[in-house]
Amino acid sequence: MSATFEVKPAPSAPAPRQAVKPARKFPRTSRRTAAGRSLRRHWQLYLLLVVTLAYFVIFKYIPIVNAVIAFKDYSPIKGPWGSDWVGFKNFELFFQNPVFWTLVKNTFFLAAYTVLASFPIPIVLPIALNEIRNGRFKKTVQLVTYAPYFISTVVVVSMTILVLSPRLGFVNDAIGLFGVPQIDFLGKPDYFRHIYVWSDVWQTTGYSAVIYLAALSGIDPALHESARIDGASRPQRIRHVDIPGIMPTAVIILVLGVGNIMSIGFEKAFLLQNPLNQAQSEIIATYVYKTGLLNADFSMATAIGLFNSVVNLFLLLGVNFVAKRITGNGLWS
Amino acid sequence: MSITLQGFRRTAGKRSERTTIEETRTDKIFLFGVKVMLWIALIVVAVPLIYIVANSFSSASAVSAGRVLLWPIEPSLRAYKEAFGDPLIMKGYLNSFIYAIGGTLISVTLTIAIAYPLSRRTLFGRNLIMSLLIFTMLFSGGLIPTYLVVQDLGMLNTRWAMVIPSAIGVWQVIIARTFFRSTIPDELYEAATIDGAGDLRFLWSIVIPLSKPVIAVIALMYAIFQWNSYFDALIYLKDPGLYPLQIVLRNVLILNTLTGSTTTTSLAQQLEQQQLANVLKYALIVISSLPVLIIYPFVARHFTKGVMVGAVKG
Repeated sequence: MSATFEVKPAPSAPAPRQAVKPARKFPRTSRRTAAGRSLRRHWQLYLLLVVTLAYFVIFKYIPIVNAVIAFKDYSPIKGPWGSDWVGFKNFELFFQNPVFWTLVKNTFFLAAYTVLASFPIPIVLPIALNEIRNGRFKKTVQLVTYAPYFISTVVVVSMTILVLSPRLGFVNDAIGLFGVPQIDFLGKPDYFRHIYVWSDVWQTTGYSAVIYLAALSGIDPALHESARIDGASRPQRIRHVDIPGIMPTAVIILVLGVGNIMSIGFEKAFLLQNPLNQAQSEIIATYVYKTGLLNADFSMATAIGLFNSVVNLFLLLGVNFVAKRITGNGLWS
Repeated sequence: MSITLQGFRRTAGKRSERTTIEETRTDKIFLFGVKVMLWIALIVVAVPLIYIVANSFSSASAVSAGRVLLWPIEPSLRAYKEAFGDPLIMKGYLNSFIYAIGGTLISVTLTIAIAYPLSRRTLFGRNLIMSLLIFTMLFSGGLIPTYLVVQDLGMLNTRWAMVIPSAIGVWQVIIARTFFRSTIPDELYEAATIDGAGDLRFLWSIVIPLSKPVIAVIALMYAIFQWNSYFDALIYLKDPGLYPLQIVLRNVLILNTLTGSTTTTSLAQQLEQQQLANVLKYALIVISSLPVLIIYPFVARHFTKGVMVGAVKG
């Protein structure tokens, strides 16, 4: 607080002091000298930048350089650059591996299912919330549905396993009431995707809804008023005011989800995985982990990871292009 | 013109709130349907949570028989006593606190240090640097190349591996940068410069005190992320003494390897041990999620605000 106090008198500072450095207020210079001027003026900021950029170079850009081992036969003694080149051998081996198509298929279907299922529900929830009056009930629903987002993946997976467990879980008790025999949900590959996706919906719907709630509150109330005066019912107002209002947000979110389809996370699939459901639960990310860290085949794991990264980059760029066409706005500027 | 229009709108809004006493019948039915739907959403989300809590406070035999649904049966604190008495679990708890607090301090400091310079319009090269950061969101070297860097730095199996490699989130940088840009006026900087403050002094004495809300949001994001993450620990840590709570949880809850495996003699004891293991799982879930769920209702609003600030493209 004292700092702000110190500054306050400054705008009315005596004119001569301002006159000393007039160039600072109106820097009208060519681009070339702008760099030098900026450096001289903001050297302290550049100092901060150098320190923090070192982080990005070390932990983000050096790994990209290190990824050359995908084209090498990595030996820990020779290091990433000293190892022998093998060209595209690792990639060829991976593409010929029978597991390749299973991995691509599992990854793609799991991600596509996640995007499709977790797209409409977070739109319905905020529209419904928006319809009712601000009150305790509305706040409670928001607070409770938002809560699972803050629970860790390990805990969510554990809860899923416990709830679905054949002996202990209430889901089996519930279906037992209808005479259905107990099901070992996690032991059957066919259930894996449903479990993954719907536990994800359970965890993230409240969080995703927040984004749409913000979009809804951004709609001009006058639109609602005039629709009301014209005799539009609530469902009609949702259809003709709310939905067009949140459309741009929805398009961006859907497009972003599609763009990230091949980068579906390791964490949850790995935790839900067990030897029984592996036929559908083995995705690229979990396979990279096993190949690289458990079998110590660094070059192969890097090659698979690189393949995945490149596919994902092209997906994102393609999707960004589509987004620009549809909304006139890219995902990033 | 705009002022009168706004005034008109405001009164019109108030008016209609007062005059629309009657909702039409379709609207009433519709509203009822909406409420039913929200109740269902509430129940679907809340029931598993209540189920876990109810089980954790029940007796081991009731849990193992699957008798507990939404209210504790034969209430007991045995599982909690057992959990708090377990050295590995407590060690994990402590480690998680160390990583969450230390990691958050490092992360917030670095995030401000990069976000503030990038928020200054007169800084030459800031767009290039921003592109370099955003590129890391789109493309990464992958798991093994990053692992090799951590290995070369000698961080494997140390506490540093938990807080340094994932220290800066580009998303958080964008949030902070957008906030600085929209709330710190250039005039303030001009004024401070005239008073003789350098860039660092300005950042420390003016920008940071004025940015407390966004710093709090970013800190909470990092803290919750640290508390909940297990992946870095899984790949970088070997020593069980360094494990954060999430890894301990994974071992107990998912891999079913109980920590306090005392050699049991009789069959009855074994059965009891098994039953206790079941209820212990529920208690562990509650214990590990508690710190986050306690602070969450207080931060939820700021959290979403922060996300919104970041969503504004700059």
